[in-house]
Amino acid sequence: MNGSDTSWMLVSTALVLLMTPALAFFYGGLVRSKNALNTMMMSVASLGFVGVAWAVLGYSLAFAPGPSAIGGLSFAFLRGVGLDVAPSAATIPHVLFMAFQGTFAIITAALISGAIVERKRFPAYLLFIVLWSIAVYAPVAHWVWGGGFLGKLGALDFAGGTVVHINAGVAALVAAMMLGPRKDYARQATLPHHVPFVLLGAGLLWFGWFGFNGGSALAANGIAALAFTNTFLAPMGTLVVWTLLDLKRGGKATAVGAATAIVVGLVAVTPAAGFVSPLSALVLGALAAFPSYFAILYRSRTRLDDSLDVVAAHGIGGTVGALLTGVLAEKAWNGVSDGLLFGNVRQFLVQVLAVLVTIVFSGAGTFVLLKLVNLLIPIKVGPREEGLGLDVSQHGEEAYSSGEGAILILPSANRQATVPLGAAEPVPEGGPV
Amino acid sequence: MKLVVAIFRPEKLNEVLHALYEAEVRGISSSRVQGHGGELDRVETYRGTTVKMELAEKVRLEIGVSDHFVEPTVKAILSSARTGEVGDGKVFVIPVEKVYRIRTGEEDQAAVTPVATAVA
Repeated sequence: MNGSDTSWMLVSTALVLLMTPALAFFYGGLVRSKNALNTMMMSVASLGFVGVAWAVLGYSLAFAPGPSAIGGLSFAFLRGVGLDVAPSAATIPHVLFMAFQGTFAIITAALISGAIVERKRFPAYLLFIVLWSIAVYAPVAHWVWGGGFLGKLGALDFAGGTVVHINAGVAALVAAMMLGPRKDYARQATLPHHVPFVLLGAGLLWFGWFGFNGGSALAANGIAALAFTNTFLAPMGTLVVWTLLDLKRGGKATAVGAATAIVVGLVAVTPAAGFVSPLSALVLGALAAFPSYFAILYRSRTRLDDSLDVVAAHGIGGTVGALLTGVLAEKAWNGVSDGLLFGNVRQFLVQVLAVLVTIVFSGAGTFVLLKLVNLLIPIKVGPREEGLGLDVSQHGEEAYSSGEGAILILPSANRQATVPLGAAEPVPEGGPV
Repeated sequence: MKLVVAIFRPEKLNEVLHALYEAEVRGISSSRVQGHGGELDRVETYRGTTVKMELAEKVRLEIGVSDHFVEPTVKAILSSARTGEVGDGKVFVIPVEKVYRIRTGEEDQAAVTPVATAVA
């Protein structure tokens, strides 16, 4: 047990938890105002539903001792998760390790929501993320970090390029395809309703990401400082390249583009954070801008309504990051393994394998779960509810209510206030007295 | 000349604009209004406070047209704004006494006839 490690991990856990409300702002600003609450609620709900699923079952399946494919049940309902050191982190309390990993499960499920905004029935979404976090997230986390076969093969994934981002990106792709496009998609413009929210969300995501990557060292040491610094540098590279691409293509640097660039840079550096040199992180961030930038341009010309480009930002950004980790990793910095650039071809091939395994498993798992959910609750709302907006149809609230025309419904003691406008007392001839 | 005033659902605005464009109707003002037809009230809840939303969001278009344009304009709106449910809105056709175009001082018929649009 180590006091400084524990205090850094306490802070990191809080930082990563903040990323989910930050994502709510990032996604919430990108949709139309009539769907703002629904979009933000998809992230907020994950804090509760996936968090509970994690404590009850998910953590055990990911991190309890078990076979290579899946963890055991010995930590289910947090049995045996106490104040002694965690089995997977020798210097911090087991409860803290569980909480830190829980924040990852929560945001990974929430990330998927960006592909299905403005049209998914909310109860169906809740059921889906609970099942997904247990049946898809937990096994992949086990394979890479919990003693499973990808970790044993030597796959490098510092903070979740495969487990979090490719996993969520592929789930988003499958979910967007199965749900189908919004009725207005490619027929009328669906513009972001609050771009300052998008920038606020991107800024808070970056802040939280210092805990996401820096905390993934599971200690307050040099590797944590390396991961922290790389998380600082990579998005800067992405932001510069993205802005230059914007300027070259359209002549104008866009704010939504800048916010997207920050997220893409953060995604790409996630698997690499504690494994590459700071200069490599900068290069990695700069390179990561290209595939995601052009994927977004291409996607918007297709029938794939991945509404907020989760596939381009997280799926493709995560893949580029995971592969470049296999190229740029440096033993002189990480003490673990070299990448392709430093003569270790095997590391690159292991990275390719980890990416492919995650894509296939996440794609198949998401497909099966959504089919299952659809049997119980239809996953898509009807066109009328889509037209009205999901804030009112799914939540009975509005994000920006004027308050005009709202009449209090009071208990029967005071019936006066409930007289509807159309049924008002007839006005005596000659006007009201 | 007539002033066509149409009040309808905001989610139908794009379809209506498209239909008006197809009918070659130009010169439109639009505003967001709140109104009440006969539609069912919407109930919302905020921290245990339940309210009935008596006024629903609507869009109002005002279109000044010459007489022979009234029918195509109204037809375009009727066909594009309808959902078939209560709350689709109304179209009013109102006589207009006088129209001036501010830029040129043209009057009446000439003022509501669109100029050949220069593409910016």
